[in-house]
Amino acid sequence: MSPVTRARRAADWIRWYVREVSGESVYDKYVAHARSCDPAAEVMTRREFERKRTDAREADPREGFRCC
Amino acid sequence: MPEPSAPPNTPLGRLTPKSIAIWSLVALVAAAGWGVLALSRGEEISAAWMLAAALGSYAIAYRFYSRFIANRVLKVDKARATPAERLDNGIDFHPTDRRVLFGHHFAAVAGAGPLVGPVLAAQMGYLPGTIWIIVGVIFAGAVQDMVTLFFSTRRNGRSLGQMAHDEIGPFGGAAALVAVFAIMIILLAVLALVIVNALAHSPWGVFSIAMTIPIALFMGVYLRVLRPGKVTEVSVIGVALLLLAIVAGGWIAESSLADTFTLEPGTLVIWMIVYGFLASVLPVWMLLAPRDYLSTFMKVGTIALLAIGVFVALPTLKMPAVTEFAGRGDGPVFAGSMFPFVFITIACGALSGFHALVSSGTTPKMVQKETQIRMIGYGAMLTESFVAVMAMITACIIDPGLYFAINSPAGVVGTTVQSASEAVTNFGFAISPDLLAKAASDVEEASLLSRTGGAPTFALGMSDIFSAVIGGAGMKAFWYHFAIMFEALFILTTVDAGTRVGRFMLQDMLGNVYKPFRQVSWKPGVWIASAVVVGGWGYFLWVGVHDPLGGINQLFPLFGIANQLLAAVALAVCTTLLVKSGRLKWAWITAVPLAWDAAVTLTASWQKIFSADPRVGFFSQRDKYQAGIDSGEVLPPAKTMDDMHTVVTNSTVDGVLCALFALLIIVVIADAARVCVKAVRDPASVKLSEVPFTESKLVAPAGLFPTAEEKAELLAAGVGPEGGIRKDGRAEDGVPAGTGSP
Repeated sequence: MSPVTRARRAADWIRWYVREVSGESVYDKYVAHARSCDPAAEVMTRREFERKRTDAREADPREGFRCC
Repeated sequence: MPEPSAPPNTPLGRLTPKSIAIWSLVALVAAAGWGVLALSRGEEISAAWMLAAALGSYAIAYRFYSRFIANRVLKVDKARATPAERLDNGIDFHPTDRRVLFGHHFAAVAGAGPLVGPVLAAQMGYLPGTIWIIVGVIFAGAVQDMVTLFFSTRRNGRSLGQMAHDEIGPFGGAAALVAVFAIMIILLAVLALVIVNALAHSPWGVFSIAMTIPIALFMGVYLRVLRPGKVTEVSVIGVALLLLAIVAGGWIAESSLADTFTLEPGTLVIWMIVYGFLASVLPVWMLLAPRDYLSTFMKVGTIALLAIGVFVALPTLKMPAVTEFAGRGDGPVFAGSMFPFVFITIACGALSGFHALVSSGTTPKMVQKETQIRMIGYGAMLTESFVAVMAMITACIIDPGLYFAINSPAGVVGTTVQSASEAVTNFGFAISPDLLAKAASDVEEASLLSRTGGAPTFALGMSDIFSAVIGGAGMKAFWYHFAIMFEALFILTTVDAGTRVGRFMLQDMLGNVYKPFRQVSWKPGVWIASAVVVGGWGYFLWVGVHDPLGGINQLFPLFGIANQLLAAVALAVCTTLLVKSGRLKWAWITAVPLAWDAAVTLTASWQKIFSADPRVGFFSQRDKYQAGIDSGEVLPPAKTMDDMHTVVTNSTVDGVLCALFALLIIVVIADAARVCVKAVRDPASVKLSEVPFTESKLVAPAGLFPTAEEKAELLAAGVGPEGGIRKDGRAEDGVPAGTGSP
């Protein structure tokens, strides 16, 4: 593997990791999950989805609570 | 109930000559580290020895003890589908890559706690605290996190309170609920107090922290309206603005605006209470969600930077290994002797009950494979323990005289560098008034005296380490305020999120009396419950700031006892579950830490309630000051009769709370013991609420790096190196369905 490919792979991995940990990829997962059952499924837009997700935290703040 | 048999796919613990050689070497490194730490007296040693002792011990514990627990005790089964796989809904239940989940779990468990406790415990020298951090995490803290995670995963991610209710009984369940609520109030008060002490009379700090509010609001609007879901880019913008706010704080401190941002502790308390209330009633997207992103990025980034800094700078520990306060118990930072108070003061980093809430909440719903519980539960806690070791290092590399001048209450060191220098010399540590003044001016603060709570000490140590690596002495002030900002940021996020959780619990409880309280959309209910929670921690915060005896000194032991109480609940639930599931002969892995935790917590409570020494016992303190009031005499450090009344009220409240906590521990342990005895006497009566076995279709490695067998298995299953649903349509190698379940 050339150093360039290696560096590109590392960068891709970091990008993937940050998106996963920060929750940025949650929407993609939701779409993939919905489409895996029914390819023509109606999915929420990103905007609707993210709104619903933060509003869910409003309803039950225990999800995602962090420790001291 | 018979002991469950080990799943046939459990890897065998074969040791090759190569691995024997490697592990012997690791053991030697750890032993060398411990040897130097334990045997050096009077000479200053390098922090490298502490790192060697810590990392070597962690490696051995992870490789051998956590593996033993996973394979022999819990018998994790890779053929068993986890709730994430069975109930996958693409949102909260979702199989998550083990490395990502490790990051999530670590970010959720590691907060300000491991940075505060070790700093305070350093008053007894570096050795007692370090031993407890490392030994405690290996045998208690990490075990608690991992076992709770395991049992919660087998129960579709049920919470600790629900598990206590299901497995011990409604009584134990109710005690657990009260414990969680009480600890929340004390925790928020203590953390807020840490911040108030760090920001009082510091225009630089106050300005930077105040700026985090508009920054968070901007990020909230960005994510809600402009570019939904673009978390990384908004966090990068937020962190950049944050760094700008730190730099700008320096300009403000030197400008004519400095007076506007120079606040008294009492004023800061009011601001904190107003902020806490507003933040908890505003929509999540406005303030809480963006703050959460910001503080997580800052937290992980700074901890990583600190680790690099410690390894590059390898500073020298100036604090003695054991100070005289360890034996005498009359230290200025917190009163009481080494046993039990070091073990109360350092909770997070060694054994933290709070983690059980994370291990039984979000994480179990996302675990891909049972075999990964070891890496996530045990591994993340070891990492947090390492953060605590670094905090211990930052506290021990600054001059001990300076350490005591910063961490002693104002009643002890006075308000001038001269009086502080004298007081510290009386403790047996010398520091000149000039050096005290210089330490403050180096970081561009008016004074560092009596900045109790740990954050300023930690910030000072961190600025020493960072400025040794980047920027030299000229950058010291920046790094100091960077560290203060970093701690304040996630403490404020905890205050915000914790108030919401407390409010939610309270609404749930009040809902039993008056139904509408349970609806989160019923505004009066939200406001009343928020006001009660904010009022609760606000009261302790106010009291902590005005207590002539020093708020941290009085409240921190209470916080420690509350946190260890929650750990006792978690360990009691784990032990009961081990016994009930037929693992009686292995129950010691959580029963021994439980016995230790109960001994520590009950001894501490006993002393706090009954000790005749007014420095330690709340009630003898009360009697002393009440007698003073009766005879019309003002006793130092109180200055007025009002101070005397404050002390009397505070020690009464604290003493009663302490007694309540001790009572709760006894109730939970007794109730758990009753259930265990019943399970042993009459195994047929045992009812476990474990979800039945379902065959897993997922293949994924257990540890950070896949082993050779796992690689072969992944290849055979036709999935990539990160794992996934097997494509060959084959079940686990030769495992008939239904095995592995108890």
